[in-house]
Formats: sequence, structure tokens, C-alpha cells
Amino acid sequence: MRDGAPKVKELADANRSAETNSPILRPPKPQKREKADSAPRPAEGIRRVTLLALPLAAAIALCLHWLAAANEAAAEALLYTYFLSGLLIAALMAIAVQPMWSGLRGWMRDSSPLITAAVVCLVVWELVTSVLHLLPLPYFPGPAGVLSSLVNDSGVLFDSTWHSLVLLLGGYTLGVVVGLISGVCIGWFPYARYWGMPILKIVGPIPATAWIPLAMVLSPSAMFSAIGLIALAVWFPVTMLTASGISNTRASYLDVARTLGAKRSYLIFNVAIPAAMPSIFIGLFMGLGASFLTLVVAETVGVKSGLGWYVSWAQGWAEYGKVYAALLIMAAFFSTIMTALFKLRDHVLAWQKGVIKW
Amino acid sequence: MVATLVSGVAKEGSSLDVTNVTKDFAAQDRTNQRTLALDGVSFSIAAGEFVSIIGPSACGKSTLLRLIAGLDFPSSGELRIGTEVIIGANAERGLVFQDPNLFPWLTVRRNIRSGLVALGVAREKNHEVDDFIRLVGLEGFADVYPHHLSGGMAQRVALARALITHPKVLLLDEPLGALDAFTRMQMQDEVLRLWQARLTTMLLITHDIDEAIYMSDRILIMTPRPGRIDRVISLDMERPRDRSHPDFLRLRSEILQLLDFGRR
Repeated sequence: MRDGAPKVKELADANRSAETNSPILRPPKPQKREKADSAPRPAEGIRRVTLLALPLAAAIALCLHWLAAANEAAAEALLYTYFLSGLLIAALMAIAVQPMWSGLRGWMRDSSPLITAAVVCLVVWELVTSVLHLLPLPYFPGPAGVLSSLVNDSGVLFDSTWHSLVLLLGGYTLGVVVGLISGVCIGWFPYARYWGMPILKIVGPIPATAWIPLAMVLSPSAMFSAIGLIALAVWFPVTMLTASGISNTRASYLDVARTLGAKRSYLIFNVAIPAAMPSIFIGLFMGLGASFLTLVVAETVGVKSGLGWYVSWAQGWAEYGKVYAALLIMAAFFSTIMTALFKLRDHVLAWQKGVIKW
Repeated sequence: MVATLVSGVAKEGSSLDVTNVTKDFAAQDRTNQRTLALDGVSFSIAAGEFVSIIGPSACGKSTLLRLIAGLDFPSSGELRIGTEVIIGANAERGLVFQDPNLFPWLTVRRNIRSGLVALGVAREKNHEVDDFIRLVGLEGFADVYPHHLSGGMAQRVALARALITHPKVLLLDEPLGALDAFTRMQMQDEVLRLWQARLTTMLLITHDIDEAIYMSDRILIMTPRPGRIDRVISLDMERPRDRSHPDFLRLRSEILQLLDFGRR
């Protein structure tokens, strides 16, 4: 069944169009290009290589793990075995189901090369650490060790993530709100520009983390000082790019609005700010990057919770499995927030679609 | 309202008087000299009249239009709409540039509506938005963003946006200058139709002598450095005008002579 279904599918494709079939016959190099090009196109079939690579990689990972498991703690080894087996079964099931489910097929065509590559990375990691012992322990545990840290310490990790989220969102929101207000003022009002610009230019470039000694003295709690520092880190790029976006509003837009009877509030909120939005979003992205950095440093130094704190705490106990587990969580956490901001940008700047390439 | 907008004639125009207007700018270099852009410009336009200004580049046409729009102030002299002196820009005088200058972040509908929003009457007059979309023939494009529009369509949106506030005078700064010849002729008829429906006072700046003759009741010819009104030509040909009529062609060569481009 599993083998038969894709074959039938392929035959059907071959009949329908020579184009979808042709990459199979091509030499490897153009084939690779074709793969990249075909990703966004809603074509019907998937090449068999793409389809089978993932279960193959998972199977290899599993075999290698069995080979290495002899030297590892039983519980750790078992958990990773479950993980890889689950992956293998899911991949096989997906192959079986995809002829009937076009949504899944599209997703597989886009994602399965990437997932396969990730599994290959796991294989290499396992090979280098648990099998060949090329890297010194305890600094470089194998994937099984990291996975077991991730699962066994999930309660603390979840708690740390939650604390980081509160700190990050608190600081980011504060920084963005203040940054937008000061940016619009500096960009629009000449007086605000005259007095605000020097402050921005002198205070802004100082990395927020350099204020940590001062923040510790001034603030009643580490939590507040961390929020303040993150806000400061976000404030500078947001203000800078908002101000430049506002002051670069095309004069003719403002002229047109004036002849439509616009008052100052309309000019600011309905012309200058929308016109500055692309620039504002660059500021928001830069601010987000700065906020991640400041968050982790602040948590490492002062705050007694959060992912940054967790990493340095685990390091103190030489539990490097936990360090990597926390880094994995951090990667997922930060990239989720980044993706959310991208989604927001896509929504707000939908009018730019087709004007510029994102 | 709808009826008068589309079929009947609503006399919305107002007279415009420009009296002895001078405008000078500080020169760009450090010589402290001032360039005279307009020198004692005077003319009057009756309510509902269609007047064109033609003249070579840099003769102060656009400066004059900005003064009438209220986006700039004269160094001396006076500008009046009806009996009111012009101080600052408002919705009484609409302005359409060569570049449509549509707000790219708003759809066609919201661009046209923006004048109503700016005046704070969007809720009461929202029904007019659809009338104006129909008036400029853009049904079906209402929810499209401006960069999807062709040049002619974008300029129609700009016209609708300028007209929705019911200005007493519509100032057109080479609005059709960037369009191809066919679209341009089509748009000339469009503008005339909008004008005849509303009898808004129209002041058109153009480089195109044919356009000026085809559209206007009167043509003002400007000379550059400093900008002055050199000559006024009244036209009493019937509309729609025939671009190949002998009178049309005679007038054309006359104006070319005046502008010093005639056969010598």
C-alpha cells in the first residue's frame, strides 16, 4: 500500500504533464534548482526522493542510536528511541496519506527537505558525541541527553519561558510605546527635533546592557530594572526609524491632504504615520533583536528567573544537557515572537505587496 | 444630491481673483539675491469657468497654483475666492498633480473617501463615495490598492478624491501630462464631463496647446523670468470641439507664434 500509492500517483502525473515529470530525468544540478523553484508552485506530485528521504534519514538515526545506546543511561536512550521511532512512523504515515490529502502533500513538498536536513544534523551530532566520542563530556552531550533534559526538566523550563515572556513583552511594549511617541514628535515637530535629536544621538548608541550597574542601584527590584533596560534597548531603534520615516513623508502627500481640508491631527495620524510604517517596522524588528539580547543578559546578571537565568544556573551545575535544552527553547521562543511580528507586518503593510520585494 | 452629481448641473464653482501677485524666493547660492518667480500677476476667473494657463517650463505656473491652493503665500498682492482672501489650504480649492499622489496605503475607495475623513464628515457623507467611484468609472476597482492601477485610472481616482469635498475651484497641475496620447484625449473628455456636471471653476496648467484649446473657455499665456501673464485668449468654439477644425488649427498656430515656436 505504502509503496504502491505514490507510484500510481506518479503515473497519473506523467500523463497529465510532462513538465512535472521531467525533473526526475534531469541531471542532479538543475534538479536542485527545480526543487527550490517548484516550492511555491501548487504542482501535484512530489518527487520520490523528497518523499523517501525523511523516513530513510530517521531510520539511519534510529540504527545509529541503537549502536550508541549501549554506552548511555537506559532512560535517556529510551526517550530518544521513542522520539526517533515516532518521527519514522509519522513520516511513513504521511507518505501513505499524502496521495489523498493535497494540503499535507503541499506542506511535505515544502518542508520535508528541511526536516530531513535536521534529522541528518541529529545523526551527525550523535555520531560525533555518543558514537565516536570526539567531543569532551560533560560539555557536549549527545542528542539523547539533551532530549532527556528537555523532558525531565520541562516544568522548570516552562516556568522560565513564562518569566522570560512576561519580562520581554513588558519591556518591549513599553519601549515601543515610548519610542513611537518620541519618534513621531521628533519627526514632526521642529522643536522636539531640536531638543530630542541630541539626546537620541548621545544616549541611543550606548548598549542597554551597559546601564546594568546604574539600573541595579536605581531600581527597587531586578524585575523592574530588567524591564527598563529592555525598554531602553527597544526605544532607540524604534524612535530613530520612526522619526526618520515621519520626517521623510513625501511632501506632496501632505500637500494633497491639506487641499482636502486636513488638519494637523489628520496629517500626522492619517498621512505621516502610515507613510512612515515601512520604516517604523524596520525599527520594530531592530528593537526586537535588541530586546532578546538585553533580556538574556539581564536574566543572567540580575533577575533570578527566566531562560537566561536557567542557562547560567545549569552551567553552574555543569548540566550541559540542560543548557542546550534551554537554548533550543530559546530558539523556538524567539523565532515564534519574530514570526508573530512578521505576520503583523504582513497584515499592516499589505498595501506594499507587489510594490517591493520582502 | 446623486442626481445633480451625475446628470444635472450643480453650480458649485466660485470666482477667483488674483490681484497683482508677486512671489520671490531666496536664491539657492549665498549671494543673498532673490529670484522673482511671479511679477505682478493679475487675472480673474468667473464662477464655473474653465481656464488654462500655458507657458514654457519654469515660468512660475506651478508656483501660482500653489499660491491659489494656499500651500504657499505671496510676497505681495492678494488672492480671493469669491470675496474671501485665501489664507492657507483648505477643501475649497482641490488640487490634482501630474503624479496622482494617491495614498498607497489606502484602497481606491478609502483614497476617495480620505477627503471626507479629513473634514470629519465621513459618516454622514459615506454614500457619496460610491457615487464618485461610479462617476469616474472605477466600479470593480474600489478595493484595489493604487499600485495595481494604470496611470489613467490612478488619475481618475485623484480627480474623484479632489472632487468629493465639493471644492469651489479645482486646480489641475498638468494632471494628464504623464499619460499616453490616447489615454490623455480620453481623460480630457472625462475632465470636461466632470466639469460640466458640477460647473466647478477649473484652472488647468498644461504644456499641451491642443489640450488647452480643446478644453478651455480662456487661455492665459505666461512668460518666464519673472512669470507674467502675457496674453489672454478667449475661445468661443462649441463643445465638443473638433481637434482638426480649421479654427482649432488656426488658433494653435497663433499660440505657437506667441510662444515663439512658429515658423519664422
